[in-house]
Amino acid sequence: MANEHSHPDIADAMAAQQREISVSEFFLKNRHLLGFDSPSKAALTTVKEAVDNALDACEEAGILPEIRIEVSNQTDDSLRIAVEDNGPGIVEEQLGRIFGKLLYGSKFYKLSQSRGQQGMGIAAVGMYAQLTTGKPLHILSRVETEPTATELFVSINTAKNRPEIHKKKRVAWDCPHGTRVEARIDGNYQQGNHSIGMYLKQTAIANSHVTLHFQGPHGEQWDHQRSSVELPHRPVNVKPHPRGIELGQLIQMLSNTQSRTLLQFLENDFARVGRKTAGKIIEESHHNLTARSYPKRIAHLQSQALYRAIQKVPVSAPSADCLAPIGEQQLEEGLRKEVDANFYTVLTRRPAVYRGNAFQIEVGLAYGQAAGAHLELDERGHIHKTVRQPTHAKPELEPHPDEPAFLLRFANRVPLLYDQEGCAITKAVLQTNWHAYGLDQAKGALPHAPLVILVHMASVWVPYGSEAKEAIAPYPEIVKEIRLALQCCGRKLAIHLHHEARVKDEFDKRTHIEKYLPHVGIALQQILELSDEERERVIKRLDDVLQEKRRL
Amino acid sequence: MAKRHSKLKVDVAPPTDLDARTLAFIDAIANRVKDSIARDELPAIDILLRGLSNVSYDPEKGYLELGATHKSRTLTVNTIRAFAQTLRVMAASRDMVKTDDFATKREAYYVSKNWGDCRFDNQPESDAIMDDIEALASQHGLSREQLRYYADSHGGAVAGELTVIDHHPETGDVIEVDCRNLGSGAYSIPRAVEHLGFRTNAEFVLAIETGGMFQRLNNHQYWKKANCILVEMAGVPTRATRRFLRCLTDDTDLPVYCFVDCDPYGFANIYRTLKAGSGNAAHINQFYCVPHARFLGVTPRDIHDYHLEDATHPLTKTDIKRAQDAIQNDPFFAAYPEWIAAIEQLTTMGVRAEQQALAKWGLNFVIDEYLPRKLADKSSFLP
Repeated sequence: MANEHSHPDIADAMAAQQREISVSEFFLKNRHLLGFDSPSKAALTTVKEAVDNALDACEEAGILPEIRIEVSNQTDDSLRIAVEDNGPGIVEEQLGRIFGKLLYGSKFYKLSQSRGQQGMGIAAVGMYAQLTTGKPLHILSRVETEPTATELFVSINTAKNRPEIHKKKRVAWDCPHGTRVEARIDGNYQQGNHSIGMYLKQTAIANSHVTLHFQGPHGEQWDHQRSSVELPHRPVNVKPHPRGIELGQLIQMLSNTQSRTLLQFLENDFARVGRKTAGKIIEESHHNLTARSYPKRIAHLQSQALYRAIQKVPVSAPSADCLAPIGEQQLEEGLRKEVDANFYTVLTRRPAVYRGNAFQIEVGLAYGQAAGAHLELDERGHIHKTVRQPTHAKPELEPHPDEPAFLLRFANRVPLLYDQEGCAITKAVLQTNWHAYGLDQAKGALPHAPLVILVHMASVWVPYGSEAKEAIAPYPEIVKEIRLALQCCGRKLAIHLHHEARVKDEFDKRTHIEKYLPHVGIALQQILELSDEERERVIKRLDDVLQEKRRL
Repeated sequence: MAKRHSKLKVDVAPPTDLDARTLAFIDAIANRVKDSIARDELPAIDILLRGLSNVSYDPEKGYLELGATHKSRTLTVNTIRAFAQTLRVMAASRDMVKTDDFATKREAYYVSKNWGDCRFDNQPESDAIMDDIEALASQHGLSREQLRYYADSHGGAVAGELTVIDHHPETGDVIEVDCRNLGSGAYSIPRAVEHLGFRTNAEFVLAIETGGMFQRLNNHQYWKKANCILVEMAGVPTRATRRFLRCLTDDTDLPVYCFVDCDPYGFANIYRTLKAGSGNAAHINQFYCVPHARFLGVTPRDIHDYHLEDATHPLTKTDIKRAQDAIQNDPFFAAYPEWIAAIEQLTTMGVRAEQQALAKWGLNFVIDEYLPRKLADKSSFLP
């Protein structure tokens, strides 16, 4: 208090430095939050964002997605990544904003399950490209009704978060409808578990209705063909469930609503709230709130009371209409076509709720090396040994006996490749006692078995650990649902392993018996002076008797 | 001689008929197997259960007699190997009957080496299969020799007041072996003894466990002093030795006294096998027992009487187990309370004494003191 005059001066000085930070500028400094922290991760994120957008666009338009991904090295060491879809195309006026403005999109304000969530992804790619190579995004898009496609280059005015469009023109394109995005980024094309190839393969597993064509920088190319022609059921948009919202969201909804009374507001703007429940909430709120209170005039203290009341009054669980699980049949098809294993089991659990958000867990297990010797029990009770050749489907993703189980994590059909440790899925897998299902497992580790574990969470709002969408936050309700699903699949695996062990044991016994059968034949032939044919007939008959008596 | 023939070959038919019965026996088993298969049943071969659990002892008969308990060797994982081997051994036997050949048990074991997976891994394995077949055949009055399998080992050695009457294998001329005139050597009991004749003025037969003791008694011509026949058993007596002693006593009515180590092996394996036959090959005991044999020593009481306590060894775990087995499971010992008492006395003392322990009192103490004193009081013998 001694130097009273200095305060306004300091405040003025500070005010001179304070200014609005544009989202784009924020990105420049925090690109790791969006998945661009390293050149190899940036390459993967670029593909991921473009493919996610392409799939969402196709599915929304009811088109079976067919997507081409091309990665090539440029002379200046940058990476050129192009993703082309057969989606509905984007009308010319929207192109700039979609690709050149952060946080612009259709998905943020609707509560339904989609791959993208915030409208951050593809523009962030453009931002990253601009930052590292200075090259704008190259876009080509054609709407079916138009005779030609629009070609343009779009960059972002980072200060104003506004698109800047260059060289826009109409061009001929032999693709009847679709969009092609091409980015030049400072990126690194790598192999392994965090590779683009692995991302596409996992995408193909969780999306058996999608066909992907890949072409890599070293001339490598492969396809993932769709095994299903059924598009995922289109989840309907839902209103927020009262239990899922936070206080700030409630205050915002109160000021934005079209409803003229509190009763109407609760009834119209929330899911699962009818007149009766709305009445109860108002009654529970006190603070002079009535059914006829005008929503826009509700004071802060009142809204706090309303928020508390919402938490107290029982509301039925959110509807699952907004969820589009992969489904057991398609999940198993996806696993079978991409993962070469001996045994598959899948499970789609019933919808559940965390913090008012509906979600659904699906689990798939693929067990055992497909290549190599196998025993098969036929319907006559005979056991056959067959040797299968490895399929070498690229990139390889196979159960391996000398390594821990391979964990595939998905959120809304999108593979999660990074931050495995922090993920609710990993937590649930580690909490599961795999010993109980006949697998080796060190304490606090993944089971050590030739096993691929797939977990998918479908939800209108997946609680990601970060904006890069790499891990699901471990809410207890989510971890518990995943664990229950894993346990159910684990039991089916245990039954399979038990059966496999029995067949193996029986096969060894029969092999032992069959080793000595010819000697019984020789002895009988010698003693009873049988012909060779008679001997063979007796032994064949004896073999049949044995197989019949030893039927499993 | 006539006496022995009347006793032994009473139910034995002429050789050619025997061969026909052997072939019929083998054919019947093979046919049963084949017929079972034709009826879609798992084939089985019935095997007599061999071992002490399936024998009984009647002192009147004098030998361990095989009971009627069968085990069925049905074709299963665990039996397929033995099943196939049994049939192959029988097939080989059939061939030998047809060609009038034979194989020793050792040879039979090697013959199997040509059978691939079915081959025997060791001779105990082939011996066990052969014993099974032999037990089965014995029920039809057929011996192992009829199946054309012979023992590997010959018998023990004989010295003393005995002349063995044999024949030249080619000419058939009579050959007489005077067991008093073999110097420091001895007469070796042949594999087959049925054709032998005996002439003797001895008073008894002394059957000795060890070669060492036999040599001492023979070198010092103990047989002359005691007017007896010495037989070396060299451990558990072979079938040839047992049969030889049986034929000798049948012909001459001489008593047989056993002189073996004082331990459960000496009682239960050597002496009991000589006197009443073995549990494992009980089907042949009828012909291979020496029911009138008695146990001269070394008895547990001798350890006290001859002050051998400091010349003993502690009983091993195997000894103790063998002693318990004799008391609890062996129908032979169960028939003689004296034996039970003796074995219990030994296990209480917890020691064993060898024949050679008598050398504590001087090398020839056994000749000058022990044997004369024992023979003077036959009531100290065990039954």
